[in-house]
Amino acid sequence: MALLEIAGVSKRFGATAAVDDVSLNVEKGELFALLGPSGCGKTTLLRMIAGLEIPDRGRVLIDGVDVTALPPYARPVNMMFQSYALFPHMDVAANIAFGLRQEGMDRQRIAARVGEMLALVQMSNYGGRRPHELSGGQRQRAALARALAKMPKLLLLDEPLAALDRKLRAETRLELIGIQERVGTTFLLVTHDQEEALGMASRIAVMNRGRVVQIGTPAEIYERPGSRFVADFVGEVNLFEGELTAGFNCLALTVAGFDRPIPLPPPAGIALPEGAAAALALRPERLRLCRERPAGFAVAATVASVSYLGGASIVHLVAGGGRPMKARLPAGTDCPPRGAAVWASWSPDDGVVITQ
Amino acid sequence: MIGIGRWARLVLIGLPFAWLGLFFLLPLAIIVKISLARSAIGIPPYTPLFFDDGSGLKIQATLANFALLASDDLYLRAYLGALGNAALATALCLAVGYPIAYAIARSPGRWRLLLLFLVMLPFWTSFLIRVYAWLAILKPNGLLNQLLIAAGLIATPLPLLNNVFSVELGLVYSYLPFMILPLYGSLSALDESLLEAAADLGARPFRAFLGVTLPLSLPGIAAGSLIVLIPAIGEFVIPDLLGGADTLMIGKVLWDEFFNNRDWPVASAVAVVLVAALAIPILLAQKFLAPERAA
Repeated sequence: MALLEIAGVSKRFGATAAVDDVSLNVEKGELFALLGPSGCGKTTLLRMIAGLEIPDRGRVLIDGVDVTALPPYARPVNMMFQSYALFPHMDVAANIAFGLRQEGMDRQRIAARVGEMLALVQMSNYGGRRPHELSGGQRQRAALARALAKMPKLLLLDEPLAALDRKLRAETRLELIGIQERVGTTFLLVTHDQEEALGMASRIAVMNRGRVVQIGTPAEIYERPGSRFVADFVGEVNLFEGELTAGFNCLALTVAGFDRPIPLPPPAGIALPEGAAAALALRPERLRLCRERPAGFAVAATVASVSYLGGASIVHLVAGGGRPMKARLPAGTDCPPRGAAVWASWSPDDGVVITQ
Repeated sequence: MIGIGRWARLVLIGLPFAWLGLFFLLPLAIIVKISLARSAIGIPPYTPLFFDDGSGLKIQATLANFALLASDDLYLRAYLGALGNAALATALCLAVGYPIAYAIARSPGRWRLLLLFLVMLPFWTSFLIRVYAWLAILKPNGLLNQLLIAAGLIATPLPLLNNVFSVELGLVYSYLPFMILPLYGSLSALDESLLEAAADLGARPFRAFLGVTLPLSLPGIAAGSLIVLIPAIGEFVIPDLLGGADTLMIGKVLWDEFFNNRDWPVASAVAVVLVAALAIPILLAQKFLAPERAA
């Protein structure tokens, strides 16, 4: 049985459907991410799980118990707010103890648990500080400790790293994974940062306009995007729009501006009708660039600009018909200069055919 | 303060100080001076502080007026009466004003302005006229008694006027907006996600209120209470019009000393002691509010 079961949940705000018929399951011990652009409904979904919003339709079950109509204070979940929402008039220890005091836990056990939580987030020396005396990263830890103190079955994290600067974000990401493994709590994380979702989650649900458009492991989401939206939102992508045609013993895509149809990988399961509109999604790191025309399919392009990123370089190309393309070359590869004429090639298996 | 010269800065800082000096400290100094004089028949009706009897400038000051305040327990009872009535009125204003301020702060944005406007609406009519209106409502054959008799609830008029009830009613009615506005200020600044966090951590609404809303609105409670308490202690119109002869409040005593007894020195002494007594709660409040402001 799934720890969290969301069945056909919808929520409207006025005329807009914030969450539109969403169903998904989160298993015990998972670090599940809801990923999507701002306004896609992911935070509303999270707030409905916490009980801060009531769904118009559908049900929310936690550990098999229908909690759809339960108020937030009666649910076995805790939330780490995006703004952290630390109580400014209490020190860190009192913030962590707040939830335990509501349970009526005795003083000694509260003190022991607060100590454990402070140690867990490496804040043992900061129990007596008020939130305004802490740095952004320390506040984040305090908020995490407070949300974990009641040992919830499910921890909800609303953009947990959004308020941190880039370097701290990368460190905190690893720490968060470490803490999740140590406490074994199921984490449900909301983020608009695809890097964060890919780097932390065991599974990801990509959301767009109130709907879940794809659920899968980070590798599945990145390697096998099911729609143009997912391909474009998660990572960088080259999208070739065209029409399906029959090629030599394989399917191909006729793209305006290209003199030859692009050979496609063998269709996975679904039969694709000839003449249908489709797109080929190709990650920039799959592109190979050479000066001489290679054997097999290749696209002639000119180098428009090169962005040096340190560990890699992004080469912006212009192919036939003025079509922009991106190639990601790892450091150490011979990088063509601006204005150079190159051939871009890839193996048919590197691309993903998308029809939605 | 980049771009502001030394002189401009002095003027900027100096203006409020000059204002306070001219309109607060100077009048206060005059009052202190009169309180040290003796009553006399003439214009002005008190002896001068400095005079020249031909052998040089002399100072003539007396503490007799303050001694009188200490010797006649009328004054002490009047001070305590004012403090008691004002403190009760402050507590009642808080009890009535807090739910109102809370409701306004939690109401949808487009309603807030209208509701705040309604709170301030009574200010558009003269304070004196509004207190007189209560006189008309509360008197034995007044509006309220007539209404109650007509409704058959009472047979004979209730004594609504010239007692603690009417004084408290007048004080609460007049000073309620001064309580609501600072309370609204601190309640509307309250981050709603804090209440959500409290609920998420298992606090039922009332416990969330006690644990989060109430402590975070303490600055508003303190500010509102002071703004009501201090003028209410010195109030003389309300006890005079609604309180009758039995209500003893220091503002009324002060008025009587000035205008009925024409004893300016004693009246000034009463005022000086009142200002000194009021300064204590203000200083206490500043000490109490200062660390909250830092947070």
